[in-house]
Amino acid sequence: MILDSKIPDGPLAEKWSKHKFNLKLVNPANKRKYTVIVVGTGLAGAAAAASLAELGYNVKAFCFQDSPRRAHSIAAQGGINAAKNYRNDGDSVYRLFYDTIKGGDYRAREANVHRLAEVSVNIIDQCVAQGVPFAREYGGLLDNRSFGGAQVSRTFYARGQTGQQLLLGAYSALNRQIYEGKVKMYNRHEMLDLVKIDGEARGIVTRNLITGEIETHAGHAVLLCTGGYGNVFYLSTNAMGSNTTAIWRAHKKGALFGNPCFTQIHPTCIPVTGDHQSKLTLMSESLRNDGRVWVPKSREVAARIRKGELKASDVKEEDRDYFLERKYPSFGNLVPRDVASRNAKEAVDDERGVGGSGKAVYLDFADAIKRLGKAAVEAKYGNLFDMYYQITDEDPYTQPMRIYPAVHYTMGGLWVDYNLMTTIPGCYALGEANFSDHGANRLGASALMQGLADGYFVIPYTLGDYLATIGPKPIDDKHPAFAEAKKAVEDNVKKLLSLKGTKTVDEYHRELGNIMWEYCGMARSAEGLTKAKGLIAELKEDFWKNARVMGINEELNMSLEKAGRVADFIELGALMVEDALQRAESCGGHFRVESQTEEGEALRNDDEFAYVAAWEYTGDNQPENLHKENLVYENVKLTQRSYK
Amino acid sequence: MNLTLKVWRQRNASDKGGFVTYKADGISPDMSFLEMLDVVNEGLVKKGEDPIHFDHDCREGICGMCSLYINGRPHGPKRAITTCQLHMRSFSDGETITIEPWRATAFPVIKDLAVDRSAFDRIQQAGGYISVNTGGVPDANEIPVPKPIADEAFNSATCIQCGACVAACKNASAMLFVSAKISQLALLPQGQPERYRRVQSMVAQMDAEGFGGCTNTGACEIECPKEISMTNINRMRRDYFTAKFFKEEEIR
Ligand SMILES: Cc1cc2nc3c(=O)[nH]c(=O)nc-3n(C[C@H](O)[C@H](O)[C@H](O)COP(=O)(O)OP(=O)(O)OC[C@H]3O[C@@H](n4cnc5c(N)ncnc54)[C@H](O)[C@@H]3O)c2cc1C
Ligand code: SF4
Ligand code: FES
Repeated sequence: MILDSKIPDGPLAEKWSKHKFNLKLVNPANKRKYTVIVVGTGLAGAAAAASLAELGYNVKAFCFQDSPRRAHSIAAQGGINAAKNYRNDGDSVYRLFYDTIKGGDYRAREANVHRLAEVSVNIIDQCVAQGVPFAREYGGLLDNRSFGGAQVSRTFYARGQTGQQLLLGAYSALNRQIYEGKVKMYNRHEMLDLVKIDGEARGIVTRNLITGEIETHAGHAVLLCTGGYGNVFYLSTNAMGSNTTAIWRAHKKGALFGNPCFTQIHPTCIPVTGDHQSKLTLMSESLRNDGRVWVPKSREVAARIRKGELKASDVKEEDRDYFLERKYPSFGNLVPRDVASRNAKEAVDDERGVGGSGKAVYLDFADAIKRLGKAAVEAKYGNLFDMYYQITDEDPYTQPMRIYPAVHYTMGGLWVDYNLMTTIPGCYALGEANFSDHGANRLGASALMQGLADGYFVIPYTLGDYLATIGPKPIDDKHPAFAEAKKAVEDNVKKLLSLKGTKTVDEYHRELGNIMWEYCGMARSAEGLTKAKGLIAELKEDFWKNARVMGINEELNMSLEKAGRVADFIELGALMVEDALQRAESCGGHFRVESQTEEGEALRNDDEFAYVAAWEYTGDNQPENLHKENLVYENVKLTQRSYK
Repeated sequence: MNLTLKVWRQRNASDKGGFVTYKADGISPDMSFLEMLDVVNEGLVKKGEDPIHFDHDCREGICGMCSLYINGRPHGPKRAITTCQLHMRSFSDGETITIEPWRATAFPVIKDLAVDRSAFDRIQQAGGYISVNTGGVPDANEIPVPKPIADEAFNSATCIQCGACVAACKNASAMLFVSAKISQLALLPQGQPERYRRVQSMVAQMDAEGFGGCTNTGACEIECPKEISMTNINRMRRDYFTAKFFKEEEIR
């Protein structure tokens, strides 16, 4: 298979406009003859569904929650980037492009990222017109804040709930189209397979989560906007329902999976307290502006803290190791996410971790409180401190916070071309579900930007080109492909329900999470990954023998839902490990122990690894085929990152 | 901690349902309420019993999916948080905890503790938006909004659509929720062109869904996890009456 990224030629800044002009258009009178299936109603899906319906297409939209407004995008806190240059501080489309390419450690496509930066400005306009209440200044104009990896202030925000406000904007646009009858919304429906006719995507199979009914839906194209797969690690900052099922089943039907091992681990999350923990909570990265990260210098002191014999305040200044300040004097506590995370893990692996479990480091505000006063610290971080107190019952004003890295975002996803089409014609992937714009590491405030860019401003153009090519002839929903796909889903459901072993699905999920975190997390080695491969294969076999799934199909059945998702996570986990194994370089958030500098820093290998790894499914328990899309950099120079 | 749970179990909408008592032993005070239920559910599955169904997703108080009426209060005993943010240290060892679904005609039970809140979606579909298409909008800074107005609109916009206000209300009124949505857009300059049309169509849909009226008790405001204020209800009433007396529009 030859991967054609369809990147238009011409100068970088003209590619998108030129491409838009060259794309075929669908005659306005013909648009209503097409049906487009949109799976997922997060920022990417809701924006796409609303925009396509406004153009006149018929849209069927799906989500597994009870309302489109609950998609995981709702939980984003920090903000959304846009190259508005409202601050007059030197921002530009090119600078946003450059920061994003560099932040991604040179593993993303130049053309895609430039387009993202170009449309970023339209996103803010669109959201304000919808009534999204962004933060404002006294003059009534929009406020901005700074975020990691940038030297300009280009992040728009809505208190600590930017995701909720942006999603409510997209949801309101979607609601308007539902009311107009242009979008038919299916809540509490889960996509369980993709239907292909003559090699092209023509529909999906869903399960109605309330009645259990397995249904088929036909359309001229299918857009997968189903979010990230961070929950493969069991514990992550993702919502409990976030899953890989939709893209994984599309992958098994022929869509290549791009860079599956690229995962982002966020350094400042509230640590795990016990085996019962179901998810992790993010603490904004802004805390590292004033908090100092440390662990005790000696293992003995750390052990006594873990036993509760010593408190943080008992540890004398000279017995503390402010490891980020020590190792990175110029960036100190503000090193990028990947560096901060990896160093915290090293301290814990060195048995110098704190807290009951030992899997935490301190983030200490004592100096900041001394320097600025408690009131100033409260004004800056009050809501975060409250949230921390609520969860841990510890007061961060009087004792340091305990933090630890957690899985937060997946850069990998279905491989798509410049038009966001996967390798299955007619099947598209948008938002976090695709692999496209963040390379090996995502900068803060750029996922919201990408989801909305894909949904509002890219797909309405690129989809038209495909639809115009295939023509408006109705899709034959009596085609045997639908019945076949439906039967396969029904069989799979039956197989899951027949599992009457001794272990709960959650137990398997936790085990998978442990394997992934241990061997395919922040630091990876060929040895560990090889071991993980074996462990996951065993886990998979055991799952299909010993798992226990309760209930029947014809009812709300969370046991069954969970089982299907975990089965897919296990298979995806195996592919992630395979991908991590072949990428024998350190890049972005991924530290490969065999690939480091003399000082122990990440060493990228551009000569051998400046490509996208795109994996092709070949059958159950068969090794997948690796295809490579070489990344060509015509505008930026590849450099090694250094934060010393 | 060892606890006794009295949980509402109901197979589906047509089943009568009733309380079932469970023991929850060895619960850590650091667990969240939903994690406690996870533990109970794992035990049930191990015993071959159907787990207790409840809605949840983000588990950080923002998606609005979790619900639960705990010891007679929506989202449990603490103020300004959702059930998923409630921790077991808020309960005492040996306590009996009663857990019920939201109860309102407009929120029929789907199974156990999960209810159907799609009425909230339909109310917003009836007019909870500003009618702009993608593209062709002015530059964001061409619409200045005075900061106090923007902040107030934001306060209304923080509603997470959870339905606790309805569950708390003796009339099962949805006015706090609906008025928060209406206020956000009515306060902003972008929302002015459709302001009176919007209030009429949303209120009409709210009534059609079978929610009760407001009698100014204020339980909703106390139980709302996002501290949405009843001022919103007054704003909605003002706009509604203005609309009915002076600006009645044909609505679908
Ligand atoms: C705690 C947290 C904070 C964050 N903060 C920021 C931030 O400040 N700035 C930033 O830029 N990014 C942030 N991110 C990342 C960002 O929020 C996400 O990457 C982004 O919102 C993903 O949007 P999406 O539309 O791709 O998917 P989602 O919003 O995850 O939506 C997925 C949709 O797909 C549906 N779905 C999934 N599977 C199926 C299926 N099988 N069948 C049917 N429907 C299905 C779901 O119902 C849902 O509607 C944050 C992420 C987290 C976890
Ligand atoms: S007003 Fe409050 S209680 Fe009612 S739905 Fe909104 S957030 Fe929930
Ligand atoms: S689970 Fe999202 S608010 Fe509780």
